[in-house]
Amino acid sequence: MHPILSNFRRLLLYLSAWGPVSAILVYLFATIGGLSWGRAAALAVPLCLYYAIVCLSAWYSCRNSPAANSAAWLKHLAAALITSIVWVAVAKGLAIALSSFFQTFAGLDHQVSRVNPLLLGSGVFLYLLVVALFYILLSNEAAHEAARREIEAQSLARESELKALKTQVNPHFIFNCLNSISALTSSDPATAREMCIRLAEFLRKTLGLGERSQITLQEEMDLIHAYLSVEKMRFGARLKLEESIEPGTLLYSVPPLLLQPLVENAIRHGIATLTEGGWIRLEINNGTPGLLAIKVENNFDPEAPRRSGANIGLKNVRQRVDAMYASRAKFDVTAGEGRFQVSMQLPAQTA
Amino acid sequence: MKENATIRAIIVDDEDLARQVIREMLKTHPEIEIVGECANGFDAVKSVAELKPDLMFLDVQMPKLDGFEVLELIGSEVAVIFATAYDEHAIRAFEVHAVDYLLKPFRAERLNDALLRAKERIGKKPAAGPDQLAAAARSAEFAERIVVKDGTRVHIFPAAKLDYAEAQDDYVALASQGKKYLKQQTISSLEASLDPKNFVRVHRSYLVNLERVSRLEPYGKDSHIAILSDGSRLPVSRSGLTRLKEFLGEKA
Repeated sequence: MHPILSNFRRLLLYLSAWGPVSAILVYLFATIGGLSWGRAAALAVPLCLYYAIVCLSAWYSCRNSPAANSAAWLKHLAAALITSIVWVAVAKGLAIALSSFFQTFAGLDHQVSRVNPLLLGSGVFLYLLVVALFYILLSNEAAHEAARREIEAQSLARESELKALKTQVNPHFIFNCLNSISALTSSDPATAREMCIRLAEFLRKTLGLGERSQITLQEEMDLIHAYLSVEKMRFGARLKLEESIEPGTLLYSVPPLLLQPLVENAIRHGIATLTEGGWIRLEINNGTPGLLAIKVENNFDPEAPRRSGANIGLKNVRQRVDAMYASRAKFDVTAGEGRFQVSMQLPAQTA
Repeated sequence: MKENATIRAIIVDDEDLARQVIREMLKTHPEIEIVGECANGFDAVKSVAELKPDLMFLDVQMPKLDGFEVLELIGSEVAVIFATAYDEHAIRAFEVHAVDYLLKPFRAERLNDALLRAKERIGKKPAAGPDQLAAAARSAEFAERIVVKDGTRVHIFPAAKLDYAEAQDDYVALASQGKKYLKQQTISSLEASLDPKNFVRVHRSYLVNLERVSRLEPYGKDSHIAILSDGSRLPVSRSGLTRLKEFLGEKA
């Protein structure tokens, strides 16, 4: 969109700014060119109007080449020269037309060549002035755009965090737990009580950690263990977890509830689909310097029926990582041959 | 249903504790005999074939086959009470004329209500036909996989692996990778369950996977024959030819 042509008020402002320019040109035509005031005005005013409109086309080349680029300025200079040469030609044409149509302007077609150098010089100058104006408009717009994007990114990050908190505790997980507890109350009251306590511990941790913006990996692992201690009571021997954690990595900070949903996914779409049970492997390492590498892998039955709510947890984690770290983090999901793997690399930060 | 007759029931749930709670609640109902327990969909289909129960407690999300796929395979001879933590399957359960839908966890009284309804149902004509069951087993807009029962064995294959289907009275013969499976379903209901971008009804009795069609040959005065990549030859009716050409982009 052309910033001036698309806005009537701006166009009016722009054209009125050419008023003083044409006044100066009239003055110069009269003093340096030696034209009478009337002839100078008859020539300069229409020429200025014409040139004002021609200069608007500079916008398109400004938009495509940044001001910091010196080649862009060479290009603009060349364009300025060409437009001014054309302007000189137009002035000549106008003078011929005026002198042939109006008696009062007889001989103007010869006099006009006296202002050629003046026209050429001011043409280049005025064109470049308009180019500068467009660059100012562009940088203004870019600044606005950057500010708008930053606000948008911030609100997106906050929003997806909030959404994450809502979807973190899967209600079906709680209903199934309560059903298990209901089964245990008569057959094994002590275990029923133990399961209540573990579920409470997990919920309390989730609520507490969810309110913070960063926690240590150690805290996230504690949450995962609290979660798994409940799931182990439901799945028993079907659930196996292998952990391989490089010493020292647990001190890094991460957003809360980043890994627990991935482990929950691994259970819902992995272990729950396998009659003989399955495994989850969790690896945390120092990746390339400055990065923290996290991998959650599980096996699953590729022929299992599709489960509802597929991958909402995974999508959510991905969104949060994107919102929080943008290009500083990597996030990859691979699935095949009965294995599902989520691996990510986050900036290694400590609180 | 005679008074005091024993009701034979099976419990299908992948969680041990979930089966346990039903077993325990059924203890106060001596007229109900638990003849089997299954931890996955495959076992459930097998047990129904072998044990011929009157009543089944059925979870929805299970390994191998989900609850609705189990129903599609066993037909509607067995009265079914769903027991699940998910409330979003209730409408589908209603469509397959399930006796009841219990949301976990539930009270013994709630189970008793379900049993009263089951007793009314058992021995009556089944209400849901095979096509209704097949439609309810679909969780997405189009079926992603096809389940077929062959005696007590269950076959599952992705819909994309179906080469063609042929109507045979109340059944369809499904051809996939050189094998044929017979399933109780009408060809129209099968057609409706599959993605029309991939499967075309070329004849009153034939549905074909477009990717398998290698060429078309004229046959007789105004009919054609579709030759599939495995060499199978299927009759193509005149309207079938129009539909087929639309999809194959006139290149045939």
